[in-house]
Amino acid sequence: MTTLLLSLPVALPLLAALLAVAASRQAAGLAMATGFLVLGLSVWLAFEVAAAGPITIALGGWEAPLGIVLRADGLGAGFLVVSAMVMAVVLVAAQPSFEDQGQESRAGFAFWPLALLLFAGLNTAFLSRDLFNLFVALELLTLSAIALVAIEGKAGSVTAALRYMVFALLGSVLFLLGAALAYAAHATLDIGLLAQVELGWPMAAALALMTMGLAIKTALFPFHAWLPPAHAGAPAPASAMLSALVPKASFVILLRLWFDLAPELASPLLLAVLGGLGAVAVIHGSLLAIGQDRLKLIIAYSTVAQLGYLFLVFPLAGGAGGAQPWSAGAWTAASFHAFAHMLAKAAMFLAAGLFLRAVGHDRLEGLRGLARAMPIACFAFGLSAISLMGLPLSGGFTAKYLLLTSAFASGQWGWGLVLVAGGLLAAIYLFRPLNLMFSKEGAAASLTPVPRWEQVLPLLLALAAVLLGLFSAGPFAFLQIGRPGAAAEGLLP
Amino acid sequence: MIPSATLFGLAGAALVGIGLYGFLAHAHLLRRLLSFNVLGSGVFLMFGAAAWRSPWIGADAVPHALIITGIVVKLAGSALAIALLVQLARATRRAALPEDEGRPP
Repeated sequence: MTTLLLSLPVALPLLAALLAVAASRQAAGLAMATGFLVLGLSVWLAFEVAAAGPITIALGGWEAPLGIVLRADGLGAGFLVVSAMVMAVVLVAAQPSFEDQGQESRAGFAFWPLALLLFAGLNTAFLSRDLFNLFVALELLTLSAIALVAIEGKAGSVTAALRYMVFALLGSVLFLLGAALAYAAHATLDIGLLAQVELGWPMAAALALMTMGLAIKTALFPFHAWLPPAHAGAPAPASAMLSALVPKASFVILLRLWFDLAPELASPLLLAVLGGLGAVAVIHGSLLAIGQDRLKLIIAYSTVAQLGYLFLVFPLAGGAGGAQPWSAGAWTAASFHAFAHMLAKAAMFLAAGLFLRAVGHDRLEGLRGLARAMPIACFAFGLSAISLMGLPLSGGFTAKYLLLTSAFASGQWGWGLVLVAGGLLAAIYLFRPLNLMFSKEGAAASLTPVPRWEQVLPLLLALAAVLLGLFSAGPFAFLQIGRPGAAAEGLLP
Repeated sequence: MIPSATLFGLAGAALVGIGLYGFLAHAHLLRRLLSFNVLGSGVFLMFGAAAWRSPWIGADAVPHALIITGIVVKLAGSALAIALLVQLARATRRAALPEDEGRPP
């Protein structure tokens, strides 16, 4: 049974993607059904993990090093559940824009298989323990993401997709080169087996290459230039997947590399560089978000900033000596932050897509007084803004609180200041759209009506982001299942 | 005499260097894609050379299987890149990213 529970989240979307090409008229229904089925399976798997601890299976009965091992621990299963939640809602939200309504359209035909392939790549990345398998998962994920950016075929979005492609190709080849070096040195690609052997400089070189490749794919500063035009140029449901889900896969792999595979190879310099680039991303991304005049670009630049926070986990959870009692808190906070961002950012992009449809463009002045015409979608946008700013009771707040506690308790004040400044800047760049939306005067006379059920979808995700903060004890304990030792002891001796 | 596996490995490393230079130095996207393929081939060649780790047991089959998978992945990526590039050229009559305009092709 557990074999099926672990392999179906990978296999079902792949199978559904093939079927969606063959039976393109039923593709929308098929994709939505897959979304909910995988969500159900993931929740079931999470309960199994909570009851029995991490579950490991060897596909086809072939054990590592020859075979490929899938493993669901608290981290992997947690990401699986949250991404399936986002995916299920986003697929339903995509139905009005992409469902086959008799006339064959290119976007309507391509969207569903691409979304399902992206889903499969994502789930593989969360569950796999094999470096090469992770490479294939990342490629599947990235190539379908790039195709989704270009799906409308406009010159601007094709350019954005090609820029994404240039960065992504470099990132993937660096990761592959690292994996090849790791195999050359130790004759295995399994993270669990590599963690048990004595690692030397070849593995350090391999990790340097893989870390750089993954940083490019996670759009860490200074490799972020591709992200805003790509995420803002895609259709809203695709933007939601790209911004909320895709960068998390490479980040989870990065966490596994340093905390599971090779904690002993980390150095103070590495932690400072990764944390420093993350801090610059927080400030730089937020400042650029403040300067934008289009809603989708504000949300996309906000993603650059929010991804930056994730990298603060390296100095905060990995730091030496004094940080140790707080390490596990900081390590868990990174996942919490990722969860909150996944839910809130998907909600925000879905809401922005509805505003775009209602107003006809996404320049900020079009939002004036929109709350009276579309109260539910505006409320969803507001709720997700609360989580992104890290205001109390939301999921974003819990994450920031844990990170701040560990920063101040371990005397690393600098990182704490970045967290506070990032929250203030987020409040500034989100205040403009919120202020316009809820302003009393002026309301566009000619709005395209948007059905109420479509406005409820972003609200569901935004509510989940807030509930994550209200009921944080359960997810917090769940993430500790199968937690690597280095997450509690720090990376440095 | 240098063992042939080392020779292959060094050739792979050289291809990685040449490919990376071409990928970063050029503006024309077709040239960058070709350079990227040279870079990828270099990685595969190095990976293949790594399979010959201990002469007394012969070649390890795992890297070969992985290289074949890797080639399929690279093929898919290159096909997507070409398709996007054709679309860009049709829409804008250009074959470079806007920020690279003016750099040598």
